[in-house]
Amino acid sequence: MMRLFRPLFRLSLWIVTFLLAMPVLTVLLSWLQWNGVSAQILWEMSQNVLPEYVRTSVLLCAGVSLGVISIGVVSAALVTLFDFPLRRTLEWALLLPLAMPAYVVAYAYTDFLQFGGPVQNTLREWMGLQGRVLPEVRSVWGAVCVFSLVLYPYVYLLVRAAMAERAHHLMEAARLLGAPLHRRILSVALPLARPAIAAGTALALMETLADFGVASYFGVQTFTAGIYKAWLVMDNRIAAAQLATGLLLAVTVLVSLEQRAQSRLRFATGRSDAQSTEARAHTLKGWHGLLAFGLCFVPVLLGFVLPVLLLCRALLESVQSMAVPWVRFVHWSLNSIVLGGVTALLAVGLALWLSSQARFNGTALTRGLLRTVGLGYAVPGAVIVVGLLLPLGWLQSVWPQSGAGYWLTATVLGLVWAYMVRFVAVALQSVGSGYARIPSTLDESARLLGVSGWRLVTTVHAPLLRKPVAVALLLVLVDVMKELPATLVLRPFNTDTLAVMAYQLARDERLGEAALPSLALVVAGLLPVILLSRTLGREK
Amino acid sequence: MRHWSWAIVWGLMSGVAMAQGGVLNLYSARHYPTDEALYSDFSKATGIKINRVDSDDAGILARLKSEGSASPADVILLVDAARLWKGEVDGLFMPVQSKILESAVPAQLRAKPADTGGTAWFGLSTRARVVVYDKLKVARQEVDTYEKLAEPQNKGRLCIRSGSHPYNLSLFGAMTEHLGPVKTELWLKGLVDNMVRSPKGGDTDQIKAVASGECAVAVTNTYYLARLMRSSNPAEKAMAEQVGVVFPNQSSWGTHINVAGGAVARYSKNNDNALKFLEYLVSPEAQNHFANGNNEWPVVQGLKLDNPALKAMTGGSFKSELIPISAVGMNQIKVQQMMDRVGFK
Repeated sequence: MMRLFRPLFRLSLWIVTFLLAMPVLTVLLSWLQWNGVSAQILWEMSQNVLPEYVRTSVLLCAGVSLGVISIGVVSAALVTLFDFPLRRTLEWALLLPLAMPAYVVAYAYTDFLQFGGPVQNTLREWMGLQGRVLPEVRSVWGAVCVFSLVLYPYVYLLVRAAMAERAHHLMEAARLLGAPLHRRILSVALPLARPAIAAGTALALMETLADFGVASYFGVQTFTAGIYKAWLVMDNRIAAAQLATGLLLAVTVLVSLEQRAQSRLRFATGRSDAQSTEARAHTLKGWHGLLAFGLCFVPVLLGFVLPVLLLCRALLESVQSMAVPWVRFVHWSLNSIVLGGVTALLAVGLALWLSSQARFNGTALTRGLLRTVGLGYAVPGAVIVVGLLLPLGWLQSVWPQSGAGYWLTATVLGLVWAYMVRFVAVALQSVGSGYARIPSTLDESARLLGVSGWRLVTTVHAPLLRKPVAVALLLVLVDVMKELPATLVLRPFNTDTLAVMAYQLARDERLGEAALPSLALVVAGLLPVILLSRTLGREK
Repeated sequence: MRHWSWAIVWGLMSGVAMAQGGVLNLYSARHYPTDEALYSDFSKATGIKINRVDSDDAGILARLKSEGSASPADVILLVDAARLWKGEVDGLFMPVQSKILESAVPAQLRAKPADTGGTAWFGLSTRARVVVYDKLKVARQEVDTYEKLAEPQNKGRLCIRSGSHPYNLSLFGAMTEHLGPVKTELWLKGLVDNMVRSPKGGDTDQIKAVASGECAVAVTNTYYLARLMRSSNPAEKAMAEQVGVVFPNQSSWGTHINVAGGAVARYSKNNDNALKFLEYLVSPEAQNHFANGNNEWPVVQGLKLDNPALKAMTGGSFKSELIPISAVGMNQIKVQQMMDRVGFK
């Protein structure tokens, strides 16, 4: 029976991969359309601005890596290896910044910290100073801070999982062998977490590279900003796509680094060892406990509590002058949640299927396909939009009866497609790393007992994959709700989402009013974050 | 049963509903929440239901291009002259003939007649790009032309949003028309030399930066300033009072204005409704809405304007520049490359 379906499976694998890789392929194929105009534009840019764009992007990535690793690893290590006041609360609170779109945090902090903002005004009054008293928020360093604060949860989430699963009993063993605490951390816990650190950082960097909202508001000239300029201002989609190839190259390097890291996870055992009750967390008392609490609380404070308070303040200031359209608000929220939910289910389903295929037929080809699909995450939403619109526009023009152009935008198909292109990678990361942790000996034992194919997936793999699947669902849902460029261009009539409304108001420079949908976006994002942390908590 | 479920799926997916007076599918780049009333008034008066997608100019044009003949769009609203021109050149609009529109919209604020005799797009409202300054530090005559912004007397004073924003691209494109490319590049270099900080934020941010003392001179669209002047938030009102405003180049070619406009989509399936909607937008009520809701100038001449902020700004009327909008559109790439050369971010 299975044998009969195999070619069919193969074929569908190819089709799905092609659909997901199409925007990326369009980018690559743009080199075939190389012509004088785009060459001239690229040459001009390389003479004047490209070196600076590259420098800025590299600087940004270096800063963000440093930021997310230090915040993510320290907090994850503290909450898994130690016990201190309010640890249980902080364990899930540390995930809260995930619910914050980076551009919202950027707006909130700018308003608060800029030259004419309340902080600088107060400082000037107190100290009797003139002029600028704080460095400019809207700079590369400001962007590094914003990204580090909202993206560290990726590292935290993965490192915490890695440490919770394995560190305890190995730490216990090291303790019994007489290793002091600092050695146990430095030479047991951290090396164990290294693949997770790499995976989390790769995700954070891809998100940084794909960003346009923060960069454009801060006036930071990143490589992505250059792509947008070539497309929007120079009106040359070919030059834009060619520049995007550069970005893709950088991402390919990131992804392969990350996958090398993942492959090292294979030494792991399949069982979660957190149950080994003899491995108790080290209790921190006195000022040590306070310090641990402080280190974990500061990221939550700066990445979530403070921006939310700032948004509330902006809202209160402008609330007298506006009528809040509550009914439409519910409508926007529903749109956001439905789009996010549907995409999350599809993406995770697909990730499960693709990863299981890769596991069973782990040829270089399948792995290559998976890698191509994974590239989408770092591609700026607008490039994906171009990558979808170009080929479909072509199809529409050679075959007008197909209505391809209509199906893409008048229904949610195009939008969900674009989301899948970008976010299947996120689901793949999580599910893939979950799969990597299931030893292949388990499959072999199952096969010896007569369980194979789909039944192997449902009865053996599925229970072991519960946690990574939950993580994947959450990440995709939250990412979709925050997504902007594709939503803005591809959504059907009358389907405004919270992210779109927040952007429209912010674009119209009504930051006070934009605070309301932004806050709603945060609240809507909170729900899955809390659900996830509860799932993760229960599993332990 | 099967038909029913298909109908539901279809309805859910497309979000397109039918109403008694038919429908109008609108792609809009107008990002002004005050426009809601405009749409609902039209629906009330005609029974035509408006389906809407709000996006940015570039996104709308890209979307139209790939939808091709399958596009469901009937009317396109854009907020920048260069983009309107681009849509026209790319053949995304359907030239239309309408006595009402032709008599209401002055010739320089609409597309040149097509070979078929129709007009591809019509301007619906205008906004001026003006200079605001710190009344304590800057004398009005130091900033009363765009050229003076680049002069050494304004060194360390200027704040402006990114040059790649459509509002600046159009202003600089117009300057290229007036001064020629060589002088314009020098002028841009002068602007860069005079900047307090590298460009960031929007126009409102620049006004606030002048009010807070961070900069002394800034460039903004008029409606952002008018909105602050009419704000119910006392802090914003105070900011607007702190700054002076100049409509530059009154004694030469006039102040740069940009136009927001509309067009019937090339493959519109509801042409009649589309035309009806555009004609509604030049009616006195709709024009008054542009003036009062979003503080723009109506394109229809001779309307009594009762917007206190616009009146206070201009003192009645001002001289606006008269250059072909197509020229501004065509200069765009050139302008961006000049900016790249002189380091204008």
